[in-house]
Amino acid sequence: MKDSTREGRVWVLLGKEGKLIEDIDTDQIYHNQFLHITEMSQMGQYALGNLEGWKDFSRQAERGDILVAGRNFGAGSSRQQAVDCFTALGLGLILAPSFGAIYFRNAVNSGFPVLKCFDLETLITKKVLETGDVVEFDFKKGEGRNVSKNKTFSFEPMSPVQWDIFLADGLFNYGKMIKHP
Amino acid sequence: MGKTIIEKIIQLHTTEEVEPGEIVWMDLDVRSARDFGGPNVVKNFRREYGKGPVAAREKTFFTFDLCTPASLLKYADNQQICRDFAREQKIKVFDVDRGIGSHILMEEGLAKAYATVVGTDSHLNILGAVGSFGQGMGDVDITFAFKSGKTWFEVPPTIKVILRGEPSPATSAKDLTLSIVKKLGTEKAALKAIEFYGEAAKKLSLAGRITLCSMVTEMAGIIGFVPEYVDAFREEVEDFSGTPLDPVQPDEDCSYADIIEIDLEGLAPQVAAPPSPTNVFDVSDLKGTRIDSGFIGSCTNGRTEDFLEAYRILQGKKVREGIMLKVVPATKRVYKELLEIGVLQGLFESGAIIDSPGCGGCAEGMVGLTGEGEVQISTGNRNFVGKQGKGETYLASPAVVASSCLLGQIAHPEDG
Repeated sequence: MKDSTREGRVWVLLGKEGKLIEDIDTDQIYHNQFLHITEMSQMGQYALGNLEGWKDFSRQAERGDILVAGRNFGAGSSRQQAVDCFTALGLGLILAPSFGAIYFRNAVNSGFPVLKCFDLETLITKKVLETGDVVEFDFKKGEGRNVSKNKTFSFEPMSPVQWDIFLADGLFNYGKMIKHP
Repeated sequence: MGKTIIEKIIQLHTTEEVEPGEIVWMDLDVRSARDFGGPNVVKNFRREYGKGPVAAREKTFFTFDLCTPASLLKYADNQQICRDFAREQKIKVFDVDRGIGSHILMEEGLAKAYATVVGTDSHLNILGAVGSFGQGMGDVDITFAFKSGKTWFEVPPTIKVILRGEPSPATSAKDLTLSIVKKLGTEKAALKAIEFYGEAAKKLSLAGRITLCSMVTEMAGIIGFVPEYVDAFREEVEDFSGTPLDPVQPDEDCSYADIIEIDLEGLAPQVAAPPSPTNVFDVSDLKGTRIDSGFIGSCTNGRTEDFLEAYRILQGKKVREGIMLKVVPATKRVYKELLEIGVLQGLFESGAIIDSPGCGGCAEGMVGLTGEGEVQISTGNRNFVGKQGKGETYLASPAVVASSCLLGQIAHPEDG
């Protein structure tokens, strides 16, 4: 049984004005010139490769790291690579106020945790979460704890479907486990 | 409680009770993949399901539109991977000669009113134009759909957008669309279905509906529908698909999450400046901006009507010396129509470069890319930083692109 908690070092995707970058689209996450790549292990190096100020993210990120982003993260294309590039880097999860619809599904289906925190901007302003902090998340309870600062916050717990697919380690396994469909 | 259009369509495809926010298992009438996403679908399918088979081969398709015909080795390989799989599974391929997959699905009558259609194209919600619930998905989703014929879906809330007033005569569906993108941004329609009402929506032709519904993606919406129509639209759709129009209508007592009115009275031609489709201005605010190239095509403005709009401005004139005007019909059918009415010849004589049907103007693989420092004006739907290359892309109607190419700078259609 998989654990419902995950802990890792946080990267807060801040723009020039010190605010969360909103509407980061899939071409900024994983540019269309690499769409022909089908091998997941090759995708990590291009993660955020077209996002101004974050182009060297893939070289700095370590396994287990956590990404914190602005609203509508993953807007745009249907490319699975924009999720898989983070899986390839071994990231633990992505937290944002909202995600592009297709992006969110792609992440859920691949068993990669994407979590919604509607009030994230306030948490950033109040410095509840800052780059470098070690933070623990409980997906089922929707409870977060900044271990470095000993501060707590809440986010939307995973929906039952998201949780089930996460537990099964992806839609394919989940599909084999259930009767319906 | 009555149902909105999206709720009705989903309810027709599930045994579970449909309500906004509920996640249901939904049957899919059409499952498709492109030359992007498709190779991963094949790879996933073989790994997870071996020889399969797919759930229903007559409902499963490949459409190649990203690099048509292949001019990059990787796409040549990827298309062949899909063809080989299609041969094994006996499923149909709309190959590199056919054009944009979403448009083909409409032309072939596969995407029709009340149908559920998925594919690896984030603009598949364009199918809302013909009353179909089209949805772009990633390759994991599509692989699962190939095998099971189903998908899980969270029923979106619906908002009603009422268009008031009459836009100025120099405008077309793209201007109205950009003005709506500006108004709704990526927040007001995010993760919602939209029903568009009002005279300006009702009067839209099929091509106009395609333009409007395609850019629901840029509003971060799930899908858009235009329930009201005039007789001309009925005739157009019936001629197009060969079957009687089955209009999608909400129940009278359905409920909307929000009702938004947008005033379009006297609307001027609109242009979205870099770096996003929501960064929209009146053309007069950007008038005089130097351009290097123009692009007419894409799933948003790639129908015959769109090229006619440009042709009316370019007819008998030449694009300014040094300006590249690239023209890409959405499909082979559009290409043929344009040949037959002499529009392609006219555009050619005006100096346009005409390329084979497909998804030009959007990504590497087709024409419509920009070099560093290049400024392009395009009828496409996205102008995010770096999307088409290192240059800058402005989004506009075919008329504005045409007049801008005549003058070498962003221009009002009347100045062209």
